[in-house]
Amino acid sequence: MTNRPMLEIVALEKRFGTNTILKGIDLKVSEGELVFVIGPSGSGKSTMLRCCNRLEEPSGGDIIVNGRNIMSGTTADLNRMRLQVGMVFQGFHLYPHMTVLDNVTLAQRKALKRSRPEADARAMDMLENVGLAHKAKAYPSELSGGQQQRVAIARALALDPKVMLFDEPTSALDPELVGSVLKVMKDLRDKGMTMLVVSHEMGFARETADRVVFMDGGVIVEEGTPDEIFGAPKAERTRAFLARVKN
Amino acid sequence: MEGLHRFLATFFDPAMIEAHTLAVLAGVWITLEIGLAVIVAGIGLGLLLACLRTYGRRFFNFFIVCFADIFRALPPLVLILILYFGLPSAGILLSGPMVLFLVLSLTLAAFAEEIFWAGFSAIDKGQWEAGIATGLGFTGTLFHVALPQALRLATPPLVNRVLAITKMTALGSVIGVEEVLSAATTAQSFSGSATPLSLAAIAYLIIFLPVVFLARFLETRQRWGRA
Repeated sequence: MTNRPMLEIVALEKRFGTNTILKGIDLKVSEGELVFVIGPSGSGKSTMLRCCNRLEEPSGGDIIVNGRNIMSGTTADLNRMRLQVGMVFQGFHLYPHMTVLDNVTLAQRKALKRSRPEADARAMDMLENVGLAHKAKAYPSELSGGQQQRVAIARALALDPKVMLFDEPTSALDPELVGSVLKVMKDLRDKGMTMLVVSHEMGFARETADRVVFMDGGVIVEEGTPDEIFGAPKAERTRAFLARVKN
Repeated sequence: MEGLHRFLATFFDPAMIEAHTLAVLAGVWITLEIGLAVIVAGIGLGLLLACLRTYGRRFFNFFIVCFADIFRALPPLVLILILYFGLPSAGILLSGPMVLFLVLSLTLAAFAEEIFWAGFSAIDKGQWEAGIATGLGFTGTLFHVALPQALRLATPPLVNRVLAITKMTALGSVIGVEEVLSAATTAQSFSGSATPLSLAAIAYLIIFLPVVFLARFLETRQRWGRA
């Protein structure tokens, strides 16, 4: 981990009509850092994550990826920036009409303009990393949820992103499949990937996170090391949330 | 026995079959030509409009929805009569086949647009998000992710609609297009025999039964993977 900020969220605001979801979020994620975001549902953590690649359009503020502000520039610039920000969804969202291999090569070929052999080779490497090279010819409907999520991670990684966003990656999985996905995430962290993770896997946060951020009501209430947040939370809201989650 | 003999003499008179088969076959050719042109133009235009509609531009979508609603509501026969008998008074003269082609392909386009749109609407929002998040952009996601899935969903209802509308080429008989039914009715009025009409019925079966089988086949295989 270096001190170079890879992802900076500056004064981020998001409103839906009169409903303010994010009320000025500031957060820096350094190169190689794993930042874990926790908080009650409706606290705005997923919305914050989705603003980082403008799947959700911010109402105000800036998102700076690898030193470049993605809030300015043309649509083409935005699409290029999105290649640097990998995203993993709660619902996997693999393309059902394509094989696993084509899922992982599509954006490589169409957005990065890699040749078919080059994209295939890269995809097979990524599938190897998530332990699913043998499923390259399968369709998503033939995979378990845990396998689908690992393919989704491979699909994002194949584009060589600078930052990976995880939006509750294990929430839709059966308990026995969660471990395989968390293991892939841990490997990724160990390889030095910059990661911003929204999740309820507190045990995983304790073990792997460099920093934990607690959000509630559209603001960051508290942030610190896992020991600080889980061991000695300062804010009353953090304590109340952690007490609820433990039970 | 007398009844059966009379039935056969009315509908399957060998002399009449020999005399009029060629005329009906010529009609088959015209039905096929117009039918294929209607299918290509109707599906093409319908697909184009449905794709445009996904961009969510209010101005365009208003016109697309108006077009689809109007052409789905109007009976094609009414439009055919207006274009063929009404337009010449306004100085625009269209041939019978052209009128038939225009009306049927616009009608098919209206239905096809709605069918493709229903296909697009059925696709999970997450599919769009996955494509956009991987840098494909809206148009890239439309073509590589959403469209193939929408086509798959749309195919069975679309084939049924294609069938319903291409059959309406028989309406050409009202404005003198020499398609199957027209050829048969002409032969029927000259000969006084119903046999040419039976020939027309057989011709329609030969043309359209394969399409019905295709629709049935497509309805039975709808999944990816484990199909």
